Amino acid sequence: MQKGTYRVKTGFAEMFKGGVIMDVTTPEQAQIAEEAGAVAVMALERVPADIRAQGGVARMADPKRIKEIMRAVSIPVMAKCRIGHTAEARILEALGVDFIDESEVLTPADPFHHIDKWQFRVPFVCGCRDLGEACRRLAEGAAMLRTKGEAGTGNVVEAVRHMRLLNDQIRRLKDMSRAELVTYAKELGAPVEILEMIQELGRLPVVNFAAGGIATPADAALLRMLGADGVFVGSGIFKSENPEKRARAIVLACTYYDDPELLAKVSEDLGEAMPGLEIEKIPEHALLQYR
Amino acid sequence: MKIGVLAVQGAAREHLVAFGRLGVAAVPVLRPADLAGLDGIVLPGGESTAQWRLLSRAGLGEPLRAALLEGLPAFGTCAGLILLAREITNWPERYFGVLDVAVERNATGRQVDSFEARVRVDGLGEVPAVFIRAPAIRRVGPGVEVLGTHAGEPVLVRQGSLLGATFHPELTEDLRVHELFLGMCRKG
Repeated sequence: MQKGTYRVKTGFAEMFKGGVIMDVTTPEQAQIAEEAGAVAVMALERVPADIRAQGGVARMADPKRIKEIMRAVSIPVMAKCRIGHTAEARILEALGVDFIDESEVLTPADPFHHIDKWQFRVPFVCGCRDLGEACRRLAEGAAMLRTKGEAGTGNVVEAVRHMRLLNDQIRRLKDMSRAELVTYAKELGAPVEILEMIQELGRLPVVNFAAGGIATPADAALLRMLGADGVFVGSGIFKSENPEKRARAIVLACTYYDDPELLAKVSEDLGEAMPGLEIEKIPEHALLQYR
Repeated sequence: MKIGVLAVQGAAREHLVAFGRLGVAAVPVLRPADLAGLDGIVLPGGESTAQWRLLSRAGLGEPLRAALLEGLPAFGTCAGLILLAREITNWPERYFGVLDVAVERNATGRQVDSFEARVRVDGLGEVPAVFIRAPAIRRVGPGVEVLGTHAGEPVLVRQGSLLGATFHPELTEDLRVHELFLGMCRKG
């Protein structure tokens, strides 16, 4: 009997496909998410929109908060640690969280490296903006990926940008010779062996969700149309007027993304969405995706 | 022969690939119309709570229940077993309730306790298995045969045309459990 193998980690991520993972800050919100049909919750102290508004250093949540959320629901519980913060990750693993998100939404802790995720029994999900970043995170042992988008903005444009870029790069890879692939690997900053694996599969070797700016059922459907295996919704649910109804609608939209009539029905009368931000109006140093 | 794989949420792709490798037509099931002409259906792993909410809210719950009651062969893995089970010992809901077993959700604990192992299956010998936040079968009804065990506990059970596994055969290269189910579909 072997625990924490890569197959156990990536296999768990396969179980999330077609689902919605929701940011929650209280046990009550976690129960709303579970009842709405979330496949997992992300336990946080502040949603990205508040982190963005309040500024300061954003760290791993208080273990007490995470444990309360773990007790409140039967679905998997994820939690975020800072990029490169191996100690926060060890604490989350000791708490028994089901997945760790090494996340750019929190303030990075290591200016040089990400966490060596092969050293952990708990699986990790990491953000990426393009194929190079995706391959580097896989080389470090990530068992799941998510495109970064721009968290806390309620603006889906960056999530779409990153998903389109990934798709385009994987498509270009398909017809490359070995020599071209080696040059491309250098260009992307990606390990050759991982690129070769992706070339052979014709897709990423792990589950890839979309994240960062998804606020409506239509946003979720759009990212699914672009090939996302599922979506993370951060501020989009509990910063909206009617979280229960919006959460249920996003869950249905994520599965039935190719059914416009159903999308029209679930999009009706959801109340106000979270307020959105234009990416161009955010100063570059305040963009989370470059972390 | 045509097999459906419930595809509202979870690891449908891996089952579709497994049947493809066996040369059997397999289609995703998302809507009531997708149930037409099936010789069997797989209820895959995923989150049982999410799967149930999706299929019941999308109007698939009652047609699928009716098909199961009419004897459509079904194979539930992990969450799919929970959807088929008559009783869930640690959860207030009950879903299709057609397979006479009591299951405990997330019985092996959290993800850090998920594991791979080889399980013993009658007539097949040792089969590789992946257990992910797996349920346990706590009670087996009189009409239910235990086909597979791990550490002395039932992990694969059969009742007429219904097959249930607490583990994920679809995450391995071994196709023998899928072949076993196809045999049940041919009989049906």
